[in-house]
Amino acid sequence: MVIYLSKEPNMCLAIPAKVIEVDEALQAGKVDYLGTKVKANFALLEGVQAGDWVIVHAGFAISKLDEQEARETLALLREIVEKSEPAGG
Amino acid sequence: MNAYRDKKVISALLKTIGKKAKPLPTPCRIMEVCGTHTMTIHKYGLKKMLEEIGIEMVSGPGCPVCITPNEIHEAAITLVARHENFILATFGDMTRVPTRMDSLQNTIPHRGSSIRIVYSPQESLELARQKKEKSVIFFGAGFETTIPSIAFLAKQAAQENLKNYSILSALWLIPPPLKAILESGEIKISGFLYPGHVSAIIGRKPYEFVARDYGFPGAIAGFEPGDILLGISSILEQMKNGKPRVSNEYSRVVPSDGNPIALRLMEEVLEPKDAHWRGLGLIPKSGLKLRKAFENWDAEVKYGLDIRAGSGDLPGCRCGDVLRGLISPTECALFGKKCAPDFPCGPCMVSFEGSCFVHYKYRELNSR
Repeated sequence: MVIYLSKEPNMCLAIPAKVIEVDEALQAGKVDYLGTKVKANFALLEGVQAGDWVIVHAGFAISKLDEQEARETLALLREIVEKSEPAGG
Repeated sequence: MNAYRDKKVISALLKTIGKKAKPLPTPCRIMEVCGTHTMTIHKYGLKKMLEEIGIEMVSGPGCPVCITPNEIHEAAITLVARHENFILATFGDMTRVPTRMDSLQNTIPHRGSSIRIVYSPQESLELARQKKEKSVIFFGAGFETTIPSIAFLAKQAAQENLKNYSILSALWLIPPPLKAILESGEIKISGFLYPGHVSAIIGRKPYEFVARDYGFPGAIAGFEPGDILLGISSILEQMKNGKPRVSNEYSRVVPSDGNPIALRLMEEVLEPKDAHWRGLGLIPKSGLKLRKAFENWDAEVKYGLDIRAGSGDLPGCRCGDVLRGLISPTECALFGKKCAPDFPCGPCMVSFEGSCFVHYKYRELNSR
């Protein structure tokens, strides 16, 4: 069964969803959001493919996650942790 | 995802922020423009942790349900209460907003009419296709994050010539109220935390005037606690070196130029209009409406709705002052007494991203 997600309809959901199915003709498909299959419209993005991570807002995918940028932010966080800890700790 | 919530990461970020904040004048007030940021800041106890290191977070106007004025909610109530065979499809929180005519939730629809709660605006279009004998109206409020989806619906309805479908929308743009807040000079703010998903659509450029013309630092931030602290850290860095700009701390989701497909669609279907915000009043070119080519799908035109600005606030409700950042929700005499999420007196206590709702829900966690 496919459901629409969230009791908090208008909010910006922080967690990206993984694309599992794309119907190119319909510009729509399904995403996996924390283990739940959810309908999504892909008309606002170009070339969405199964396996992509997207941000879904009110049923529309609005942004594709940039893996390179995600890795850089994680590296930055790691660096901040290392800097704040005493050396050799 | 865990790194953005990791205890070690959060405490390291707070330490970095604390160091940067020390030489700056206190308290350093930063406006989180977006309601979902307000939610994260309170939910994870960041509000209190930041206060302890001299940083005060102030909620901005970024809750669409909250800033949509009474008269628009009342127009929706009137539509479904006075017309036969209407289906008013809307987001759940919109049905609970109190107006002088009570709320949509408590409205008795006219014969054959009903109110449907949808998660995605797309569901309203599906309803119109299936129920040709009904007039389906989508009633929605939203910022740039939601606007492209509503533009998509209008275009789709026009392409299919779906005559039983229309849209009653309250579409708000984020940059104009920032300008209004800066111009009014009512509140002392040191910098802005810009919304993550609005920025995924509009990119960085629309905020540049804040740094260039007004000299205020700012950062686009995501919605995890780590994201928000990265944003605050960048704002303090800009204050320290005296070089205000718009930094993008959510680059994994926000491209510098935004989402070109969504922006093109908005431009094609919608045009700017002067709009009346709850609390903030009339702001030039701060709203959007359907272009003439799509007016058959504009419920305001189709049903000749007379939506007059300034229909007045609800008695005692200070949502307007909360939205302007003039008072904290707890300073309102109704807060937690006459007004709570189960019996809200105003929209800021209804919406999940409303400042009053968030302050009430997490009051234990953030009380000093």
